[in-house]
Formats: sequence, C-alpha cells, structure tokens
Amino acid sequence: MSASTFLQVRGLAKRYAAAAAPVFEDVAFTIGRGEFVCVIGHSGCGKTTILNILAGLDAATAGEVVMDGREISGPSLDRGVVFQGHALMPWLTVRRNIAFAVKSRWPDWPRSRIDAHCQKYIDLVRLTGNEDRKPSALSGGMKQRVGIARAFAIQPKMLLLDEPFGALDALTRGAIQEELVAICAGTQQTVFMITHDVDEAILLADKILLMTNGPKARVAEIVVNTLPRARSRHDVHHHPHYYRIRNHLVDFLVHRSKLLQEGRAEVAANEESPRVVMPGLAEGDEAPAAPRPALLKQVK
Amino acid sequence: MSQRAKSAILSCLLLAVVLLAWHVGTLPKGGAAQAVDPEYARLMGLDKPKSDGLPTPAQMGTTIAKQLSDPFYDAGSNDKGIGIQIAYSLSRVALGFVLAALVALPLGFAIGLSPLIHGALDPFIQVLKPISPLAWMPLALYTIKDSTTSSIFVIFVCSVWPMLINTAHGVANVRRDWLNVAKTLEAGTLRTAFQVILPAAAPVILTGMRISMGIAWLVIVAAEMLVGNLGIGYFVWNEWNNLSLSNVIFAILVIGVVGMILDFLFGIAQRAVAYVE
Repeated sequence: MSASTFLQVRGLAKRYAAAAAPVFEDVAFTIGRGEFVCVIGHSGCGKTTILNILAGLDAATAGEVVMDGREISGPSLDRGVVFQGHALMPWLTVRRNIAFAVKSRWPDWPRSRIDAHCQKYIDLVRLTGNEDRKPSALSGGMKQRVGIARAFAIQPKMLLLDEPFGALDALTRGAIQEELVAICAGTQQTVFMITHDVDEAILLADKILLMTNGPKARVAEIVVNTLPRARSRHDVHHHPHYYRIRNHLVDFLVHRSKLLQEGRAEVAANEESPRVVMPGLAEGDEAPAAPRPALLKQVK
Repeated sequence: MSQRAKSAILSCLLLAVVLLAWHVGTLPKGGAAQAVDPEYARLMGLDKPKSDGLPTPAQMGTTIAKQLSDPFYDAGSNDKGIGIQIAYSLSRVALGFVLAALVALPLGFAIGLSPLIHGALDPFIQVLKPISPLAWMPLALYTIKDSTTSSIFVIFVCSVWPMLINTAHGVANVRRDWLNVAKTLEAGTLRTAFQVILPAAAPVILTGMRISMGIAWLVIVAAEMLVGNLGIGYFVWNEWNNLSLSNVIFAILVIGVVGMILDFLFGIAQRAVAYVE
C-alpha cells in the first residue's frame, strides 16, 4: 500500500443466495487521495452494490475494504453519498435538507452556525434564492444539486456518487458536470462515481474502472485518463487523447465486457489484479509516471 | 357560471325538493275526524293538533330554533340542552381516541419497524379487528362497573385498529432511500424515528386517525344508547321514549354536522403533514 493510497479494495465478492453465482467476485482496486474514479459497466454487474458496500449500507460476502487505514464496517460521516434518485426528504426545505446532514456532523453547533454553513454549500451549487423551497418545487437538476450540496456539506473524506446525473437531460447534465469538476478541483475531494456515460467518465475521472458483465463480474481494466486535469466539456474532445480513450471505452462496453466474462477463467489465472492501460497515449508518447508501462503494448 | 356555483344551486334545489316532499307527506289529514262528537273528541284529545306523528318541516323549524336558542340549559338529569349532551359525547370520544393513539402509535411503530413483532402480533390483530366494539360492552360493564368508563373503553377499542394498522403500514413503507440517507449520516435511532420515519409516515398515520375518528363518532351514539345517562346517543333514545320525533330528527342532524366538522378538522391536519414527492 503506497503512501498516497486512500482506499483499498481486495477480493470483494457479493452473492445474494449461497447457491447462486456471485454478482461479482475478486473485485480489487485502489483509489489515491484526491483522485476521481469512475466505474463503467453494464447494468447488473454490481456497480451499485459495490458503492453500497463502500458506503457501509451493504455487506460484502467476501473481501475487504480499507479506507485511510481502517476497515469499513458500516455507514460513516466520513463518506458522503449522492444517491441515484437524489433521496431528498420532500417534507423539508432545501436548507433543512442540508441542515439535517450538517446537524448530524456537528450536533453541537448552534442554529445560526448550521444555517451559515448550509448557505455556503447552497451558494456553491448555485441554488442561492431557493433555500426555502421544497424539493417538489425544484427541477430534477436542482434536486440533484441539493443532493450534492448535502453530501459536500458534511465535508466527507470521500464522496460516493451513484449515477447522479442519470435522470437529467443532456444540457442540465453538462452544466452540473462542470460544476462538479470545479467543486472537486477546489476541494481536492476523493470521489468514487458510477456512471453509464462514457463522455462523463472522460470529463470527470482520473481513473476509469471497467467492469465485465455480471454475474461473476470483476474489474477487468483500469484506464488511466491521460487528459490534463483542467477539462471543460467544450474543448475536451479536441485533445488528441480524447477519442483514443473514448474508443477504448466504447469498444470495451460493446465487445470485450462480454468476451471477458466468458473467457474469464484463463484471464483470471494470469492476473491477480486488473491491468492498467493508457489508451490515450499514441506510440512514442511519454507515459506520465506510468505504473506498469510493460502492459501498454498489449492494448495497442 | 362556475362549476361550484352550479353545484350549489343544484344542492339548494335538491334540499327544496326534499323539504317539499316532507311537507306534503306530513300535511294533517282533514275530513274523517270531523264527524266525531266534540265531547268524545275532547275526551280523546283529538281536538288538539296531532303531536305524536312525524313533524312537519315547519314544526321541525320551531324545534331547531327552540333547541338552539338555549343549547346549554340543565333542567334535571333527564332534561339537558343539546350542547351539554354533545359536550359529554365529544369528551368521551376525545378521551377514548387519545388513549387509543397513545397505544396505537408506538405499537404501530414497533410493528412497522420489526417484522418479528409484526409476525407475532398479526394473528391477534386479525382476530380482534373485525369484532364490533359494542360486543365488548357487557364485558366492559362487568369488569369496569362504570358506564361512562365503559363507553370510553368501547371508543378506545374501535379507534385503535385503523390507527395501529395505518401506522404500521406507513412506517414499514418509508422509502429506503431516506433511511439510507439517515444511516450514512449516522443519525441515531430516535432522531431517525422522529425526523425521518415519523414525517415520512405522517400522511398515512393521519389517514388512519381520520378513519378512527369517523368510526368513534359512529360508535359513541350506539354506546350511549346502551349505557344511558348522558350524551347525544342517550338523548336520541330518551326523545324516542318521549315520542318526540322532532327532537330525534334534530339530534340526528346535529350528529351529522358534528361528524362533518370532526372530519373537516382531520382533513386540515392531513393537509398540514402532506408532502409531494
């Protein structure tokens, strides 16, 4: 475990019935401090289950998760979760929804301090002026921003996002993605995020975990995003690495996720951890501190 | 004209038709009685207007005006104003209802949260729920030996089930997402119960309370007819014994109006806790 490793997952598996095949098994990866990691895979490969295990809401059948030197054994304020369906409490206003989280984190704070703290995060997600509205009076994008503000407001060591933009239209999604980029860049937040959207992953992630199809899904590859970190959705696709990475991801989702599932026995025999690839680099490019450059040739 | 105004006009028309039919149906029958010897008629009391049949709408109006002009008079144990009778009935309903809520809400929470408790108590609830609350009356009178307390007990028994079942259902069906939010925020058991589960289940719980109140108001009339002594149910029965049908009809109208007001109040409470997802 290197010094910068923040979260380490080893041999994680989940089966819902003792006789049934596991949804996923031998899932292993690490997340460094301040790193933004996206998981891509088809429905049913257990992405959400992995996130729930990281959140402490679900228990793994086998394997362990160590965060910051301690094993995860239940929910904790150290991990902020943004749920797929925003999960705001509809009887509370925007401010009170966030205050519920802030009060959980700092139970001794007086009301005025809680409100000031809430206001800071409402402003951060640009919802100023909507503090006293109920979630039912907000659009889908605004609700999801409240969910993000609530997760950020407790200042967690790590943020877990479960397809946070899945239900949003393309325009709203783009706007919130850029906000998320800005917020994460500003706070050096460690993030683990599930997505179906290849472009979203390239825009946001430092590392993209590719999962094979379930059952018996696993992390097949870790794609290092070699695009420079300050990205915007307007010009990110002009970078020479962009389409190489994108093609690699799409190719994986369309063909290889299935092939790897079928031929997993022989592959697994040769590897104890998923291989790391940098499809963004062309022949002759210099890999920026590549951990295992020998593996690059297999992909190209 | 708006839909509302049209409905109001139609309501008034219907009322007018009903009153007219009532008036025509209760017109005093003339003719046949005239042939009787006046002496005999006086002895038999036939010279006075008939007072023991159904009242005419006009007579009804006089009764209502008389009763409402002094609703709180007290002229002895068998002759009290309608206001006093209603107050007694309402206080019994309120006491029985509050006691039922004190039992049903915590128990419903426990049943809703724990499948174990649900499984253990369900057979009892299924057997006890369909029993008419009045069937408990003899047992209550024998054990409690007090008619007022017995009627409160009967109200308790009839209002406990809808509240219990709705609370359990509401608590058991709180969205997983909200509970997960509370869990990831490490909210304690009490905080989760009062700030997440209770507001989430409140609309369903209040629906149960509204149903309970409706049933309690139905049952109190019957219970008071049985145990006697005071209250709107007893008033109805007493006026039946006095053969004063206009007072019986008046009491029926009052029962209806008070029931409507109670339901209206619970409707307001329901709207106060409602939320849009």
